[in-house]
Amino acid sequence: MTELALSRGSLDRDRLLRLLQDYGVYAGVLVLLLFNFAFTPHFVSTENFRTQAVQVAPVLIVALGMALAIGTEGVDLSVGSVMALATSLLSLYLGYGPWIAALTAVIGGIVVGVANGALIAFVGVQPIVATLALMVAGRGLALVLLPQLKDVRDPGLASLGSGDVLGVPYLVLIAAVLAVLVAFVMRRTTFGRQVLAIGDSRPAARLAGLPVRRVLIVVYVCSGALAAIAGVLATARLTASDPTSLGNLMELSAITAVVVGGTPLTGGRVRIGGTVAGAVLIQLLTTTLIKHDLPPSWTQIAQAVVIVLAVYAARERGRR
Amino acid sequence: MTTQTEEAGMPADTASPKDDDPGRTNRSERLSALAQQHGALVTLVIAMAVASLSFDTFLTGDNLENMALSSAFLAVVALGMTFVIITGGIDLSVGSLFALGGVLAAWGSQYGTVVALLLPLAVCGLIGLVNGVLIAHVRLAPFIVTLAAMLGARGILLAITDEGSKTYLVDKDSFFATLGQGSLLGIGVPVWITVALFVLGAVVLRGTRFGQYVYAVGGNEDAGALMGAPVARTKISVYTLSGLCAGLAGALNAAWLVSGVTILGSGMELEAISAVVIGGTLLSGGFGFISGSLVGVLLLKVIQNVINQIGSLDSAYQQVVSGAFLAVVVVAQTWLGRRRRVL
Repeated sequence: MTELALSRGSLDRDRLLRLLQDYGVYAGVLVLLLFNFAFTPHFVSTENFRTQAVQVAPVLIVALGMALAIGTEGVDLSVGSVMALATSLLSLYLGYGPWIAALTAVIGGIVVGVANGALIAFVGVQPIVATLALMVAGRGLALVLLPQLKDVRDPGLASLGSGDVLGVPYLVLIAAVLAVLVAFVMRRTTFGRQVLAIGDSRPAARLAGLPVRRVLIVVYVCSGALAAIAGVLATARLTASDPTSLGNLMELSAITAVVVGGTPLTGGRVRIGGTVAGAVLIQLLTTTLIKHDLPPSWTQIAQAVVIVLAVYAARERGRR
Repeated sequence: MTTQTEEAGMPADTASPKDDDPGRTNRSERLSALAQQHGALVTLVIAMAVASLSFDTFLTGDNLENMALSSAFLAVVALGMTFVIITGGIDLSVGSLFALGGVLAAWGSQYGTVVALLLPLAVCGLIGLVNGVLIAHVRLAPFIVTLAAMLGARGILLAITDEGSKTYLVDKDSFFATLGQGSLLGIGVPVWITVALFVLGAVVLRGTRFGQYVYAVGGNEDAGALMGAPVARTKISVYTLSGLCAGLAGALNAAWLVSGVTILGSGMELEAISAVVIGGTLLSGGFGFISGSLVGVLLLKVIQNVINQIGSLDSAYQQVVSGAFLAVVVVAQTWLGRRRRVL
């Protein structure tokens, strides 16, 4: 790709920016990987890669739902609270067996998604406010259901959290399957096209006869369900339910992953591959800083700079 | 970004035939305007009446004073937020700036009151200015810029406090501490400052050219620009103002607590936004008022106080009630706003 740009004249600024926006996140991941290969001791080990992948899985799953919401020119701030709600429901219903409990948790996420979607699609509330209300209420509800941290002792969930197939942890496998699924839906199905059309222009989509309201509700239901799945998986990995802190600031991490991955906040375009790479990039960035003994304060400042740069790159396309 | 397109998409699907009757629309428009302006106030009065009838401890001097004090800091943050939201923007960085302002003030208090006040104002105002420039000139979405500022400010806070492990203390006998702890005519100094700032804010928004620009930018940016409103300058000013308010609130809070507590302020941006929205200001911009935000803050604090009074209820219920309340207000607003917009 770079060669192509050079042959057409490297001064073509628009083209370069476009390349940066489309492939910048992959380049970023590559640079960070190379840097770590060269300068971080004990980075190249199966164990380390496993840890990184397991850590990134929940963020990635939440970011997939967020990408859909952002694709419709919306946003879902309630995802962190949905994770907390899921972990509360999971440990409340664990007595009925892990599958029923996990199912209940996901249903909880779907209910929140329906509420979000109904507020946005039928009442016409802006996504940021509607999901803000559910974010506040959802976290409260999670704490009402389960006031404090509780150990989750269940062999089924424990194996889900720490087991693996051929060395690949279940968590990573599930995240990968969901990413492929969402990518397929966005690329190959009518629903995916409708999401993009609505994100491009809601009035135009409505005039073209698309079921705008139904699509919006399904999008927020997907986002809620994916966040709940992430909550279940995170609980399984931690073998504890902690509704106070689970999913805190998750909405920010997810939005960052989506935006860094090249999905514009203005809707009409969703990049699932970029979102995956965006989540990995943030994870690698944090790891790199931590492994080189830089304090958390630096990690946060670095993350802030990356967000602004990513949005700046995305802006150029929007303006052309 | 999001807000404007939402707005643009609204009228087409909301026009219903019965709104064609001019007499009826006029009356219902006036009614809905009244409801939007004073709905929060009426709810506040009802909530306080119910609370004082239900709990003997509610309408006591101590309890009211506590509520007023704990409202004061959030109210100052909400004041800046109101300006930002009327321009159609949003500022998510205020919670971090509140904490950062508190820590800076506590650190600066060892060099005197002037430093303790000016340092947080300077730093938080500067961060607000950077937000404003990125939003107005580089044209990035307010939501994402201030999100980055929220992370960045929290990072700076951690960096100057040894990763959050160091708490700077304020000398209890210093003049700076009396700004938080002192009282005048039986009412705490922070409450006086807050009231003064709200009067000032209302005068600026209602009575000055800058206030008109704020409404013009929020109502319709392009139209505002065509009418000669300095759009970029107005936007930069409101984000700077919001940063200043958050920094000042943090400094006052540090004076009240006589220390710079590092873990404060997370989730405060949501509380402030909720208060402003409950107070009747539209998140789509162009419509709102300062007094409403004060009422919104008080309402949130009354809900919190009542839930604490019930005692048997976990404090988590407060979040459920606040969230549900916010949803109800937003639904009502959207419904009222529709009828107004149809005209």
